Amino acid sequence: MNPSQENYAITATGLSRRFGSLLAVNNINLKIPTGSIYGFLGPNGSGKSTTIRMLCGLLTPSSGTVEVLGLQIPRQAEILKHQIGYMTQKFSLYDDLTVKENLAFVGEIYAIPRKQRKQRVNELLEEFELSSQAKQRAGTLSGGQRQRLALAAAILHKPSLLLLDEPTSAVDPQNRRDFWVTLFSLAEQGTTILVSTHYMDEAERCHRLAILDEGVIVADDTPKNLGENIDMNVYEVITEKANEARIALLKLAEVFSVTQVGLHLRVLMPKSVADSLQKVEAILHRNGLTGTVAEIEPNLEDVFVAVTEKHRKEQRQERTKGKGQEVVS
Amino acid sequence: MKSLLRLYAIFHKEFTQLLRDRLTFGMIVGIPLIQLVLFGFAINTDVRNLTAALVDQADTSLSRQMVSDMTASQVVDFQYRVATIEELTTLMDQGSISIGLYIPPDFDRRILDRNRVGAGGNRAAAQILVDGTDPIILGVGRQLANIPVSFDSTRRLQGSVGLEVRNFYNPERRSAVNIVPGLIGVILTMTMVLFTAVAIVREKERGNMEFLINTPVKSLELMLGKILPYVVIGFIQVSLILILGWFLFRVPVQGSLIDVYLATMVFIAANLALGLLISTSAQTQFQAMQMTFFFFLPSILLSGFMFPFDGMPKAAQAIAEVLPLTHFNRIIRNIMLRGAEIDFLSSDILALLAFAFIALSIAIMRFNKRLD
Ligand SMILES: Nc1ncnc2c1ncn2[C@@H]1O[C@H](COP(=O)(O)OP(=O)(O)O)[C@@H](O)[C@H]1O
Ligand SMILES: [Mg+2]
Repeated sequence: MNPSQENYAITATGLSRRFGSLLAVNNINLKIPTGSIYGFLGPNGSGKSTTIRMLCGLLTPSSGTVEVLGLQIPRQAEILKHQIGYMTQKFSLYDDLTVKENLAFVGEIYAIPRKQRKQRVNELLEEFELSSQAKQRAGTLSGGQRQRLALAAAILHKPSLLLLDEPTSAVDPQNRRDFWVTLFSLAEQGTTILVSTHYMDEAERCHRLAILDEGVIVADDTPKNLGENIDMNVYEVITEKANEARIALLKLAEVFSVTQVGLHLRVLMPKSVADSLQKVEAILHRNGLTGTVAEIEPNLEDVFVAVTEKHRKEQRQERTKGKGQEVVS
Repeated sequence: MKSLLRLYAIFHKEFTQLLRDRLTFGMIVGIPLIQLVLFGFAINTDVRNLTAALVDQADTSLSRQMVSDMTASQVVDFQYRVATIEELTTLMDQGSISIGLYIPPDFDRRILDRNRVGAGGNRAAAQILVDGTDPIILGVGRQLANIPVSFDSTRRLQGSVGLEVRNFYNPERRSAVNIVPGLIGVILTMTMVLFTAVAIVREKERGNMEFLINTPVKSLELMLGKILPYVVIGFIQVSLILILGWFLFRVPVQGSLIDVYLATMVFIAANLALGLLISTSAQTQFQAMQMTFFFFLPSILLSGFMFPFDGMPKAAQAIAEVLPLTHFNRIIRNIMLRGAEIDFLSSDILALLAFAFIALSIAIMRFNKRLD
């Protein structure tokens, strides 16, 4: 094993997966540093789950290679199974078993010796504040409790790699915050964590982030760099008639996107456009709207909108170009 | 050691779930109970007192003798006496009778003719009209037709003819005695195949499988762990049927009880293996149920449980030989009714073992720890 490989828990090159005519994952490359929290940010159907499943060997890639913890996947997937924890998008423990029975079952499945197993189960019940629910059936737990149980089950055998597929989608904000505290402490102990999400605030907490759209990684960097490298200017427009302003701004071809946040508008304009601030002000003025325009720092949502929209526009252009050629020939 | 622990984990989990699942548990006890009572009391193949009509245009001592023989058999009850065959047909058309007997005026003469030429030659001595829409009545008609044929050969055989009829429709003969051993097989086929198939497909449907196949558990451990609880269930069901069979219908076990359980175990293995095989193809519990019934129906119809095996066309027999229930019916009837000992080298046992082995092998090959 050469040193460069050692630094990455996961490397994937040219990874694709087809379901019939649908290309669910399209030629992605991944390098996930050991010990980091790596995020997959993308809307529903963007290929997050499919990618995670290929990484742990549950789905066979249509093409591309995967190496996880130095193992060739899917060929060596069975060895990998001792070393990874996987929290599925859907709750996958048993509703009709109690919390404790579920954890004990998982301990048996990983063949942890009896004494250690009991100790570990009790330890996790404590740590995840499930002690008072120990004898409660999993099916009757609240969203947050279920999620804690699922995470406890996924890390019961102390895996060095943790794959979490939208772990917080059915969880309230307080539970989500606690959940992230746990993730950071796991990462500190050396666990590599891959977590998929469609929440911006969660994505912001990751060490590194890949933004997925329609099966393609459209951006891939630290959250900070992503914000800095965005080639858009972001303007905040504060006006009484936000909706009218939005409609007016969208008519301008140079405006990339307009998003309403509460009473404000966030306007993205490509950096290549000169005097963009003045242009926005001019439009408001021309439409008889009063208000203020100020340049602001891009946030992750702006990045997300910018990169996915850009990708989609390129796709559309390619498609129409293709059609045009067909007509000509 | 690790393998055993994982096997135990699956087994234990499955058993705990089973005990908590009221519906499944109800089915485990309910299906044998209901089927036994239903088949035992309702399905009565002892045919008695079918409504019949008689046209006796000969009215000789010989014809009267034959009619009284038939009446004595208690199979038919001549409630109508009419003058012509047309009236007989009308009654049949109205559905008033299931069987009609027509004796022509020259009955004695025809009997004598047949005697001279030999059985099977020449014209029939009398005619039996049968409502052919009911296969059981049709069968009765065929049996009744044997009476004049035996009768015609010589008057000396008259006594034995009466005896032959009683043999076929012995009032003492109880269908429950035949049906209960067959029911063991039918009930096990239904529950064992369905339960295992559903048990695995349910985990796919609920998403448990995606977690499970991402753990070090091996396919074989998973499969054995899933089916072992049902072996226990199978034995509970068999015991229930035997006990109920004895208390409700006095169905005896002529052979040894151990042999009954050994034979059952082989049969259960075959069915569980099939259940596993189904679970590798079905995506939903509904599909698993459909596939089970696709298999269950021919099992019931062709295995000799419903209709006599020997009476079936060759092609149907060939299909029946593939079905575990056919072999089990032979084995279990031999043990329970004839008091035979189990013979592990008999073709039926070997067929069951082969079925189990092949189905299990294919199931394990088909089951991979993948989602695609
Ligand atoms: N087993 C499958 N068969 C067919 N299509 C699938 C299958 N799994 C996922 N897809 C499709 O692939 C795309 C990506 O799905 P998924 O990876 O689940 O997205 P995400 O997890 O980001 O929501 C979706 O369009 C989905 O419908
Ligand atoms: Mg998903």
